Amino acid sequence: MRRILAGIVAVVVVATIIALVLWSGRSHRAIPATTDYGPASSAKAIAAPSASPPDDGNWTMPGKDYASTRFSGLKQITPANIGKLQVAFTFSTGTTEGFEAPPLVVDNTMYVVTPWPNNVFALDLTKPGAPTKWTYKPDTAAAAKGVACCGPVNRGIFYDSGKLFLNLLDGHTVALDAATGKEVWRTQVADIQKGETVTMAPLVADGKVLVGNSGGEMGVRGRLTALDEGSGKIAWIGYTTGPDTDVLIGPGYKPPYPKDSGKDLGVSTWPPGMWKIGGGSVWGWLSYDPKLKLVYYGTSNPGPWNSVQRPGDNKFTAGVFARDIDTGKVRWYYQSTPHDLYDHDDINEIVLADVPGPNGQRIPAMLRPSRNGFFYVQDRRTGRVLSAKPYSYINVYEGVDLKTGQLIRVPSMEPKEGVVLRNICPAAPGAKDWNPSAFSPVTGLVYIPHINLCEDMGISNANYIAGTPFVGADVKMYAGPGGNRGVFTAWDPVAQRKVFEIKEDLPLWSPALATAGNVVFYGTLDGWFKAIDAHTGKLLWRFKTASGIIGQPISYRGPDGRQYIAVASGVGGWAGAIVTADLDPSDPSGALGFVNAVKDLKNRVAAGGVVYVFALPQ
Amino acid sequence: MSSRFPNKLAAVALLALLCGCHRDQQQPRGQPLGETIPAAASPDTIFPGGATPAPLDPRAADYEHNAYAIAQGQQLFTWMNCVGCHAHGGGGMGPALMDGKWRYGGRIDQIASSIADGRPNGMPAWRGKLTNQQIWQLAAYVRSLSGQVRKDAVGARADTMSNTPPQTETIRKPVEPADSAQ
Repeated sequence: MRRILAGIVAVVVVATIIALVLWSGRSHRAIPATTDYGPASSAKAIAAPSASPPDDGNWTMPGKDYASTRFSGLKQITPANIGKLQVAFTFSTGTTEGFEAPPLVVDNTMYVVTPWPNNVFALDLTKPGAPTKWTYKPDTAAAAKGVACCGPVNRGIFYDSGKLFLNLLDGHTVALDAATGKEVWRTQVADIQKGETVTMAPLVADGKVLVGNSGGEMGVRGRLTALDEGSGKIAWIGYTTGPDTDVLIGPGYKPPYPKDSGKDLGVSTWPPGMWKIGGGSVWGWLSYDPKLKLVYYGTSNPGPWNSVQRPGDNKFTAGVFARDIDTGKVRWYYQSTPHDLYDHDDINEIVLADVPGPNGQRIPAMLRPSRNGFFYVQDRRTGRVLSAKPYSYINVYEGVDLKTGQLIRVPSMEPKEGVVLRNICPAAPGAKDWNPSAFSPVTGLVYIPHINLCEDMGISNANYIAGTPFVGADVKMYAGPGGNRGVFTAWDPVAQRKVFEIKEDLPLWSPALATAGNVVFYGTLDGWFKAIDAHTGKLLWRFKTASGIIGQPISYRGPDGRQYIAVASGVGGWAGAIVTADLDPSDPSGALGFVNAVKDLKNRVAAGGVVYVFALPQ
Repeated sequence: MSSRFPNKLAAVALLALLCGCHRDQQQPRGQPLGETIPAAASPDTIFPGGATPAPLDPRAADYEHNAYAIAQGQQLFTWMNCVGCHAHGGGGMGPALMDGKWRYGGRIDQIASSIADGRPNGMPAWRGKLTNQQIWQLAAYVRSLSGQVRKDAVGARADTMSNTPPQTETIRKPVEPADSAQ
C-alpha cells in the first residue's frame, strides 16, 4: 500500500515538474521576437544599464562593453537575409599561432592584434580593401613561448581615449597612440623567468589599466595589477594569495558567506609557504560596474594540479573577486571551487545583467558560466549566489548549497597519489574554458560555446623549479557522454534552464557574438563560421574559413552604414596546440592531456591567422 | 629440491650478464662518463665548400644503450619538470620528442647540447643546474622516446599513469635531420 502511495506521489511530482517545464518553456516563447531591445519584459534579464550603453557601431573592447555582453545592437543582418552574407575583405596576419583576439573597430579604423609576437595592424575601413594605416611590431621575446602553458595566444587589445592598450606575451603592457601606432609607454607587469606571461586582454576604466598574469601551471603567484592610464605607472597590485595586506583585504571586505571570511586566509589555507607558488593567476575576463565602481574577475586554479600537495581551501584561487577600482581593495570574494582538484579555474567571463527579483524589482547581478559546470547568478553588490545550476554534464560535484555557498563534491572522485582516477567530468578545461559567451538583451539568453570532455587523471609529486611547469598530473581527455566534444547552449539565466543546445563534433574553443538582428555567431575548430537563429538555434548560414576558429567575432557599422561581422580564423590555443605545435597524437598525455581528445584535428585543419570580414551585398 | 638447480640458475644468470653487461653497466659513483657537454654538436646540416658533420662523440654509445643511464634520465625527465612541457614525448608547451623530427639535431650529443644551453624558443638552459652526466642521461632517455635505443635497455613498464604504452613497444622512428621540425 505504502509502495502504491509512493508511486502515486512520484507520478504526481513528475507530472507537476513536466507541466512546470512546459509552462515555463511556453512563457518564454511568448516573449515577442522584437528587434527593439528597449523595454525589457519583466521575465528576462537585461544588461546592466550603467555598463552597457546603446550601440554606437564601434567595438572598442573585447567584451563590447563593461558588462561583457558581446552583443551588437546592429540589426541589418537578420535570419531572413543572412543567406546573402558574403566576404567583404580578408586580412592575413602572417602568424601561425592560435588566434583568440577580436578585431576592434573605432571610428572607421580596424585594429588587429596577433598572437605572439603581438603585432598590431591598423586598417583603414574607408578605403577599398581596407589598406594598412600603420603596423606596430613590439619584438616580444621568443623565450616567452616556452612558458605559455596553452599556446602563445593574445585575447585582445582595448581602446580608450585615443590610445590602444596591449599586453605582450613576455610580460609587458604597452600603450599605443591609436592614430600613429607609436608607443606611448611600456611597463613590465610579469616575469617570464618565473613562468609568468600575459595572455589576457586588459580592461581600462576610470583612468586605470587592469592587467593580470598567466601561469597557473608554472607555480606563479597570481595577481591583478592596476596601471595609471596616462603614465603606465603601477597604481596598485592585488595578489590572489598571501597575507591580507597583499591581497588588499581590509575593513571594507564583506564576503557573502562565512567560509570566505577570516584573517590572512591567503596564507592559512595553504601548507606553509605554498601560497607563494600557488597559482591563482588572472588570465581571463574582467567586467566593470561604473555605478558601484567595482571591477569583477575570476582567479585561476591553484598550483600544482596535484591537490594532495596543497591541503586546504587554497584561497583566493578559483573564485571571484570584486575590487574597488580606485584602491584595489577587495569588497567581496566568493570561492566557486575551494581546493580545486581538477584544474577548474574560475576565470571565465562575467556578464553584468539585472535579473528580476521576487517583488518585481531588478537585482543587479552577474551571470557566470563557470568552468566547474555551474551557471552562477550572483548579486553583484554582495556576491551572494542567487542560483547555480549545471549547464553541462558533471559527475564530480553534486551541486552548490545556496545557504552556505559551498560547492558539494562527490567524495569518490577525489584524486589520490599513485591511483588513476577515471571518468572525471568535466575534464581539466572544465565544462567551458576561456572562450566567452554572449548575452542578448533581446532574448534574455546567454549563448554559451563550451565543451563536453571527460578525463582520466593520475597525480604525482610535482617539484617547484622557477620557470618550469608545476603540475604533477598525467591527464588523458576524451569525449563526454554522447560522444560530441563541443556544445553550444542557449541558457535562460532567469528560468535557470537550457533553451536549446547544438551538439558539435569538435570541442568549441570559439567565443560567441549575439546581435539585435537575432542572429548569433560562433566558429568551430575545423574552420566553419556559423550563424544561428537566436531563438531556436537553427543553423542559418555557414562559411568555411582557411583555418580553425578560436577568435572572438564582432559586429560593427562600416563607413557605408552597413553592418559588418568580423572574425579571425587561426587554429591553436590549448585545444588546437596539436596543430600549431605539431604535437604527436600517439602520446595521449600531450598538451596536458588535451591531445587525446583531438587526435583527428591535425588531419582536418592547418594553422594560419586570417581576419575575415562579412557583409550583406550593397 | 635438486642441488643442481642453483647451478643451472647461476649459469643462466652468468650468460645473461655476459650478453647484457654493457646494458647493465652503472656509474653511480667514481669517474662520470660524460664530464663535458660536446661543443661541436652543432645542429647544422649545411657546410659551405663541402664538409661532413663532426663525428659522433664516442661517449654517446655508453649512455644511449645503457639501461641505468636511460632509467636515470627517465626519472630526471619527471623530476626536472621536462614532462610538463614535452609530456611523455608527445609535447605541449615544448615540441614533441617522439616523432623523429628535430629542430636542433637528433644525435645524443646534439640533444645534450640543447639541454645544457637551451634553445631560443623557450627551452631553458640547464648547464650548471644539472651535472653533465645527468644531462647525458636525460639525452639518452629523450632518444629512447622515438625508439632510437636498444630495446633491452629501456623499461618494460610505463613509468606513467597508464597513459602511455611501455617503451619496449616504441616503434623506432627514422631520425630526420635538424630543421625537420621547423
